[in-house]
Amino acid sequence: MIDTVLFYAFALLVLGGGLATITLRNAVHCAIALIVSLLGVAGLYLLQQAEFLFAVQIVLYVGGIMLLFLFVIMLVNLDQAARERQFNRQWVVAVTAVAVVAAEIGYFLWRGKAAFHIAENALSPASALGNTEQIADSLFSEYLLPFEIASLLLLVAVVGSVVMAKKRI
Amino acid sequence: MPGGYLPILIFLVLATLFPIVAILAAKLVRPAAPFVTKLEAYECGIKAASDSRGRYTVRFYIIAILFVIFDVETIFLFPWAVRYGSLQWFGVAEVVVFLAILAVGYVWAYKKGALDWV
Amino acid sequence: MQAILNSPLFIPLLLTVLIIALVPLVAGYLTLVERKVLADFQVRLGPMRVGPYGLLQPLADALKLFIKEDIIPTDADRALFWFAPMVSTLTSLTGFAVLPFTDKLYIADVNVGLLVISATSSVGILGIILGGWASNSHYSLLGALRSAAQLVSYEVALAFALLSAVMVSGTLSMQGIVKAQLAHGVWGVFANYGFMIVPFAVYLIAATAETNRAPFDLPEAESELVAGFHTEYSGFRWALYFLAEYCNMLVVCSVAVTLFWGGWLRPFPNVAWLEIPLNFAFPLIFFVGTGLACLTLVKRLIDTSQKVVLVVVALGLILTGALLTIPVVNHLMAGLFWFLLKVSAIIYVLVWFRGTFPRFRYDQLMNIGWKIAIPVGMGAVVINAVLGMVGK
Repeated sequence: MIDTVLFYAFALLVLGGGLATITLRNAVHCAIALIVSLLGVAGLYLLQQAEFLFAVQIVLYVGGIMLLFLFVIMLVNLDQAARERQFNRQWVVAVTAVAVVAAEIGYFLWRGKAAFHIAENALSPASALGNTEQIADSLFSEYLLPFEIASLLLLVAVVGSVVMAKKRI
Repeated sequence: MPGGYLPILIFLVLATLFPIVAILAAKLVRPAAPFVTKLEAYECGIKAASDSRGRYTVRFYIIAILFVIFDVETIFLFPWAVRYGSLQWFGVAEVVVFLAILAVGYVWAYKKGALDWV
Repeated sequence: MQAILNSPLFIPLLLTVLIIALVPLVAGYLTLVERKVLADFQVRLGPMRVGPYGLLQPLADALKLFIKEDIIPTDADRALFWFAPMVSTLTSLTGFAVLPFTDKLYIADVNVGLLVISATSSVGILGIILGGWASNSHYSLLGALRSAAQLVSYEVALAFALLSAVMVSGTLSMQGIVKAQLAHGVWGVFANYGFMIVPFAVYLIAATAETNRAPFDLPEAESELVAGFHTEYSGFRWALYFLAEYCNMLVVCSVAVTLFWGGWLRPFPNVAWLEIPLNFAFPLIFFVGTGLACLTLVKRLIDTSQKVVLVVVALGLILTGALLTIPVVNHLMAGLFWFLLKVSAIIYVLVWFRGTFPRFRYDQLMNIGWKIAIPVGMGAVVINAVLGMVGK
């Protein structure tokens, strides 16, 4: 019962935040709306028993990436950006494209509705190991190579960010 | 929801109420006598020459993006730290490789002066 | 009634209400302790007028802040100006929700407790940066950017220090971390042949920077930035930022105690015969001794009402000591006593820092964060990993 209520509450946060992100005019307000949306996603992870992902979502996305967003918004001149022409002249084309895609998705959902059901007890039985431990076991055995490659990716990111931001290398 | 989080949620709700109630309650007793110069942004007594929301140095951006990268790195290590006891030397070796690759990036950024704040 | 008392939510709810009500008071008294200790370092008296030896000063300060005019600058972003200090207060308070006060007194003990604290502190940065931006003042915005850059720089070092501690205990649950130390029989800081002192040092330095305290209080450097990100804040809204700062201080000190100094464990937790001297005699001597010391000060006061207040405080301390000797109370509260005693010790160290070190320049601060704290933290993780395996 409480899980259902919380699910709709978090889903509302995700959708409401997402909508506000694209409709608000002020870039900082948009960033806050996006933060609300990301916090909603964190809540949804929690409902799915993914505790570690819940924490990571907040630490990395809200605390890290959104902070970077806010820094960038504050470093550029917002007024100038707001005065520039907004790319919304082709809204007719955009609405048509969105309608077509929505109709497609709706059609396929309708056709496949027989195979579409929500399991009653979708939650995995409580494991003896915690969520973090399970992630560790799969990350450091089965997905060892992706884990090590992730460090290469981070190395590339370090180099890229420094090259982009420094005037002289 | 996994067990143990409900009290945190209740705590969050009650803790949100605290500042709201306090500010609204203070409204009943505090004076409100604003006038134009009192409401200006503080600028040593003279009016601010420009809007504060201008362009700032790009160093803040470098710090922020390096932070995101290192944050991802440390988050990756938390599951390992939890299972450190059972992963044994194999886990240690994996993490040493992971950290060594990142240390290369760190040393490179250090040598290029990206960590300098001048 | 019985059903309410036995409900699993009863103790968490009670604690929640207690914490939200008491933490502002504790934070207020923390300022008094800080002012008194700093005054002592500088050979002066500190607050002396309100109450005996300034004991009621925090209440007077709180009342003053409560009835002070609340100014919102014309150019400010009103909604965000409202919102930002609340984010700071809320996130700093939420840290208390996962702290293990004793083995039975806690609000929540979740599997990722330590990461929840990391999450609250990283969201807390948003409160500062939004507050600075919403004020629309040069000092505020620069202070906020500086503060945020400082906080993120030291957050990485902090995470490395936390990693070392997690490695030793093998869990992220705050209760689990304390229990692991109980099982090992040593506090975290003495584990791995004593090498854990290095992560603790990194943690302490990073935590000082994380709480914007001297010598890392650059965002609020009066001589250059007026008051930093909260320049435009006044009255109760400013008090919220202030509260958040002191709450953060309490939380980081509590985390330090939990990870490195054994949480609610007494010294030598596995030596059974020390239970009577450490859990009964020591608190009794501590509280009764302090109470008697207070009583000797009474005759120096002139004002009668101040004398009464000091006598009440002294009797309260003696009564606390007496209550702690009742076995049932002692069983419940001895852990809390040790926890708070250790937290106070670390807070004292932070005040000591403030009294001793001059403020760093901003480039020095960034250099310490990026060029010393991070490599040392990273190295400490690797060395601890090797030492822990060798020790097996």
